[in-house]
Parts: sequence; structure tokens; C-alpha cells
Amino acid sequence: MSEGSESRPSALTLDGVSKVFGGVRALDSVSFDVQEGEIHCLSGENGCGKSTLIKIVTGVYTPAPGARIEIFGHRFDVMTPNLARSLGIEVIWQDLALFPHMTVAENIAFDEMVGTRPRTVSVRGIHERAEAVLERLGVSINLNSSLNSLPIAQRQIVAIARALMGNAKLLFMDEPTSSLSQSETSKLLDVVRTLSRQGVAVVFVSHRLAEVLEISSRVTVLRDGRLVGVFPTAGMTQTRLGELMTGTKLEQTISARDRSTSPAVLEVENLGRPGEFENVNLTVRAGEVVGMTGLIGAGRTELAHSLIGMTRPETGTVRLNGRQIRLRSIRDAIREGIAYVSEDRLGLGLVLKQSIADNTVIAVLRRILGRLGLLSARRQSELVDHWIDRLAVKIGHADHAILTLSGGNQQRVVLAKWLATSPKLLILDSPTVGVDVGARAGIFEIVRELADQGIAILMISDEVSEVLFNSDRVLHMVDGRIAGEYDPRATSVEDLERRIYA
Amino acid sequence: MRLNSIESRLLVVLGLMVLGLSLASDQFLTLGNLTSLLNNNAVNLIWAVGLLVVLIAGGIDISFAVAASVVQYVAVYCFQALGGGNWVIGFIVCGGLGIALGLINAVLIHGFRIISIVITIATFNAYFGLLMFFSKGRFIYSLPDWWTDRIFIFEHQSASGTWSELNLAVAVMVVCVAATAFLIRYTNIGRQLYAFGDNPEGARRAGVNISVMQCVAFGWMGLMAGIAGLMQVNIVKEVVPNALYGRELDVLAAVVLGGARLGGGRGTVLGCILGVMFVAITQNGLNLLGVSPFAFQMIIGAAILIAISSSNIPVELKSLGRRRADAPPARGAGP
Repeated sequence: MSEGSESRPSALTLDGVSKVFGGVRALDSVSFDVQEGEIHCLSGENGCGKSTLIKIVTGVYTPAPGARIEIFGHRFDVMTPNLARSLGIEVIWQDLALFPHMTVAENIAFDEMVGTRPRTVSVRGIHERAEAVLERLGVSINLNSSLNSLPIAQRQIVAIARALMGNAKLLFMDEPTSSLSQSETSKLLDVVRTLSRQGVAVVFVSHRLAEVLEISSRVTVLRDGRLVGVFPTAGMTQTRLGELMTGTKLEQTISARDRSTSPAVLEVENLGRPGEFENVNLTVRAGEVVGMTGLIGAGRTELAHSLIGMTRPETGTVRLNGRQIRLRSIRDAIREGIAYVSEDRLGLGLVLKQSIADNTVIAVLRRILGRLGLLSARRQSELVDHWIDRLAVKIGHADHAILTLSGGNQQRVVLAKWLATSPKLLILDSPTVGVDVGARAGIFEIVRELADQGIAILMISDEVSEVLFNSDRVLHMVDGRIAGEYDPRATSVEDLERRIYA
Repeated sequence: MRLNSIESRLLVVLGLMVLGLSLASDQFLTLGNLTSLLNNNAVNLIWAVGLLVVLIAGGIDISFAVAASVVQYVAVYCFQALGGGNWVIGFIVCGGLGIALGLINAVLIHGFRIISIVITIATFNAYFGLLMFFSKGRFIYSLPDWWTDRIFIFEHQSASGTWSELNLAVAVMVVCVAATAFLIRYTNIGRQLYAFGDNPEGARRAGVNISVMQCVAFGWMGLMAGIAGLMQVNIVKEVVPNALYGRELDVLAAVVLGGARLGGGRGTVLGCILGVMFVAITQNGLNLLGVSPFAFQMIIGAAILIAISSSNIPVELKSLGRRRADAPPARGAGP
């Protein structure tokens, strides 16, 4: 199926790998191979089985009988995490698994300290080794700073450096760029190329299609636990890849409609907060989706925070349905009918250890009270079922902890939580960050439906095409001011991108 | 040591206190007072460094003070059976018994995957109940001579004729503190304890042997508890079943004051010493100034609150503001 697999020896070959979790078939007879020094992308929507596959290769999960695992030409019937590591297989998980209170040097050279046989640790030795690895990667980070003082992009580099200390020959990276900016991403990709040149095989998991096509030579696509195929990236397009991942045709069309006759829900006049934004005037009408784009740091999120009472603006007024409001807290905002889906949903939007059901109803507990003011299990499950169905959240059972869901599905639950508050105004901040391509369309469909029900929606996003194709009007924010307003029907993506990145 | 660390702040506060007290009371900065401060706090410090290791590894131990009492009682019978014993046997027996009691905690915590506070509250009650049941609350005064004889490592008679001295417990304490510092700073085991406390899942994935780490942390705590029990008898010359009951919270307060993080991954021996000495000097100073002993507890409580919250201010204010985004609806909508 793949081209050129004879040219280089195989680092990893999987054949007929299956895995079942509590009745859900996470992987169904998947075959997969990576060559030495290759950069290979593993693609698919959330929940398609990518993480499960990685965990099987690294010995965290045991596959169902019948699987064949070959690593550097040797067949292994039983894989354990320690065996995998000794073979040079390393994984950089999305959560990085680093030690926040330890120094950079200790994090990188952590393997030096592992083991139960007591021995002394030489600080200088650890520094030298850490230094050498960072040099190999062509980056410099202060070895003495504690890890939690570094930005996430540098922690990512530390995690890679640590994997190299373990003498990695096959490196898995689980969505390493999902929380990085463009320039940080390109630096990371450079590091990955450096690794590849040094003979390390890298399996790269990413949702960003452009990145997949840029970095890898071949891409393996999984869908619903099954192998769709292995494709060379030469000649592949983003659209085609998206279609392979979702199994459906993806079409992006302008969906803008004219809502200028609808009553205004949100009216902002001359709003300002020193250092964040100033002189902001905007209106969002009932049933209207207003997109807001601009560069990172343009003040969009800060504006949103003021609109939901997290911070207080110093100048200007906010009117909701014609009535002036002053919000002192998020609670006030909810009472007024404003919902805010934040950028950092996983960190702030979910109670990770609670169930899917509990997370869904957490903002509307008052509404599911039954007799005597006690929580009604029936009302709760009705509400939960409604939203899970509506947003097509893929779950085993609503009582399972939210932790068991894949990233994209977790994000749908956050959306469900806020939609359950029946808002008049919904503010979405980067609603598709970390959400895969097929699911994105689903989310915009939901957004559109909500608008049709008369909810006013303010949608903030970095992705220009996303904003343009899914909004009725687009606002462009620059340095805390609204610099322009565009009609999607009269503007092209290229045109708008040029204005933003000019 | 970083300038804004808890340790350096505590050092400044302690320095100011010493300065103030030496001006306010002419008895404070005397050799006699300083040596008795050390003598009186040697046992607490031995416990404190043991507890530090447990806290660094992300655990907590409530049972160590009572465990020390159990060690004392069992040791009395062991020494009888061994024909009297001596200091070498004493350290081996008490250290060994302490380790055994610590390992019981470790095995329960790791074996049943139950958080350490629950297990050690359980063993705290079990140890104390068993001790009172079998000892029937009796004191033991007939102890081997080597155990109760005073041994001074330093003696000095001032011009006015008063003696000041440091007893054996201080020397033992210094060894325990140094050994703990060596363990957690300079050995691979110590660094793995920090890592385990900092990010248990990350440590597990990195190949750290979690069960061994739990055993080292609680075993070390047990060793320190056993040695502290041995030295406490040397100081008071009697074995009393409930003598140490309740001391665990004083030690815990001092260690937390010294910057050890409940939840793991942070804490130093220096901070531990400063925490214990802060509590000791506060108490000593208030005594010398003739202030009510209840004021002491208030001050310790306030000091913990100030120390912990001030060290968190820069981080917490920021995240508090952000957390408001999601927390209030949960609480606000509750019945």
C-alpha cells in the first residue's frame, strides 16, 4: 500500500492490532508501519484510535490476541513499557508528563536518576548531558530554571530532549503543536526534521492538516478504529485528507445571511479597558453570528472577559436587549443570559474527574431540581441525553468520567454545559482549537442552528477561513481596536488574510 | 536559594525575631537559653525531616508520633529479652521497629491505592488503641541505665556558675538532618521522590518504581520516628504511652511553615529546620516575655496562613481571576 517501504529498514511494523474497551471497539485489525528516520503522520478524528495505537506499541495496553508487533525487525509477543523504552521507543504525550517543580536539566536527564539502586547524582553530570542534548536539537534553554517557569512551547522542547536522552530511535508525538502559536510550531517542526536527519523515526499526531502535509512523507489515516489507508503526502491536499479522515465530503461555503433587521441583543458602545482594548463599538443581533478575528494579542479574549463580567471595563456601556447592564461576576452574566465558552476549555471548562452527565448540568443545577428542591435524576438524564444527542458526543455512558473522552468530545461537553443555560448571547472563544476537521463542521452546524433559534453569537477565532465561512459579519481587531468590518459575501479568505497579516 | 523562596523569607523573619527578642529580653541570647532550645527541639527536628521526605513524595503521615510511642514500648521488652542492650542495639531495634511501622503505612497506601492521609489516620488510631490496650496506660520507669543516663556532647559553665549543655539527642538530630539532606539532594532515590511527588503519573511513565518510592518515604519516616522515640526516652527517662500523642500536628505545622508543599514535589531540609526553629523561638520568646501560651497557638496559626498565602500570591491572583469564569455557576446554582 505504501510507496518506497523497501528503501529503508522498518522501525515498526504492526499487523492485525485490535483493542476493545467495555464493548467499544477502539481499534479493529489495524496494520501500520514506520521506517527508520521517517516522519510519519498518524491522522484521524478524535476517538479514532490514535492514542490507543500508541499505547499498544509502548506496552501500556495489551492488544487483543492475533496482533503482530515487530520492532527493528524483532517480533515481540508481549510488550511492556520498560521493554519499549529499552528498545528506544519514546512517547511525548500531550500532557508531557514532566516535573513542574524540578529544573530543566533534571527533567531532561531524568533517566539518569531512575532506578532503585541507591547512588549519588552528579549535578554537573546532569547539566552536561542535558546541555549536549539541547545542542543536538539546536536550541538553548536555561538549565537551572524550574520547568513551571517556561512557556508551553519550551516545555515541549524539554520533553523532546528528554526522549532523546533515552536514546530514542522511534519517537511518538501526540498532538505536540495543539497549544503552540504559528512561530512556535515552525520551530518545533524544525526540531523534528533535525531528529529525522539524525535517523530517528518520528510518528507525529496532529489535527492541523497543513502541518501534517508539511512535515511528513507518509500519512496513516484511521477512522473509527479502522485503517483507512497509508498515503504518501506528495500530491495530497488538505481537503482530500480531511475527507479521508471524516469519510465525508467537506464543503466550505459562505453561510452569511443578512440579519440587519433583527433586534440588537448586544450593543457595546465605546468600551475600553486601558492596556487591553479601547473605543470598541459593536452590535450583535438576534440570530446573527458575528466573527471576530485578528492576531494573537489583539485584545479579543480580553474584550470577551469584560463582556462576561470577569473584568470590568473602565469606559463605555454594554446593553443587552436594549437595557444597560453592569456585570460584576460571571454569575451575573449567566443570570443575564450570557454564556462564554473559553479558550482553555480543558483547563477551565471541565471538572475532569466528574462524570459527563455532571459536567453537562453543572451550570444549570437549579433547573433540574425536582420536588423538595432536590436534584432530580430524571430531569438530569433528560437534559444530558438531549445535549449528548444534539451535539453528537461520542460516549460509552453518561456516568463515565469526562477523563475517558477524547479531547474533541470533551470540548463538546463544555459546549453542552453552556448551551444548557439557554443563553441569549453566546460568546465562543476559539471554539475549534484542538477539535478535528470533521467535528469542526459539526460544531459550526450547531452554531448555525443556535443562531437560527435567535441566539446572538460572537465567535472569536484565529482561523480566518473558519470565521469567514461561518459568520454573518466579520470584525477585525487590531491592537485593542476594531479596525474593520467585512461582509463574507464580498470578501475572500486571501483578501482578509492579507489585511490581518499585513 | 532563591530570594523569594519561603526559606529566605523565613530566614529574614527569624533573624528579625532573634534581634527583637534579644533586645526585649536579656535572657534570650544566652548560651543557656540557646542550648535548651536545641535540646528541647531535637526530637521534633528528627521527626520533621522524616515527615519532610513523606511530604516531598506527595504523601502525609499522621501516625509517626504515636508510632514512636509504640517503638518505645516494644523496645523496652526487646531490650529485656536481649539482656539489657546498649546504644548500638538501641538504634538497631528502635530504627528497625520504626521502619517496620512505616512500611505498614507504605504497604497499605500502595497496596490498596488509598490516599496516605486516610491510611495514616487509621494507623494512628490503631497504633494508639493497641498501645493503650496492651500497656493499660501504665508508665515504665525501670529502664536500662544506658538508655536514661545523660550524655553531654557539650558542656560549659558560665562565670555565674550556671551550666549549659547539649545532650546526645542534638548530635543524633544533626546526623539525621544531614542524612536526610544527603538522601533528598544528592541521591537518585531522593530526586525520584521529588519527581514522584511532583507528578506521580509522569514518574510512573518515566519508569520510577512507585512502590519502592512509597516504601523509602514511609520507611525513612519510620526510621526517624523510631530514633526520635529512642532519644525522647533518653531525655525524659520514662516511657509514657500518651506522651507523644498530639505532637504530630505541631511537627506538621512546622514543616509546612518551612515551605514543604502538601501535595508533593517541593520542600527542603533548610526550610524544615527554619520552620521548626520558628515555632520553637516563637514559643520561647513568648515565654520569656510572659505572654499567655494561647497566644502562641494563635501566632503559629497566623504564621502558617501568612507564609503559605504570601508565597502563592503572584500565581494565585492570576488564576483566581480566570477561575471565576467557571467556578461560580457551579456553586451559585447549587441548592
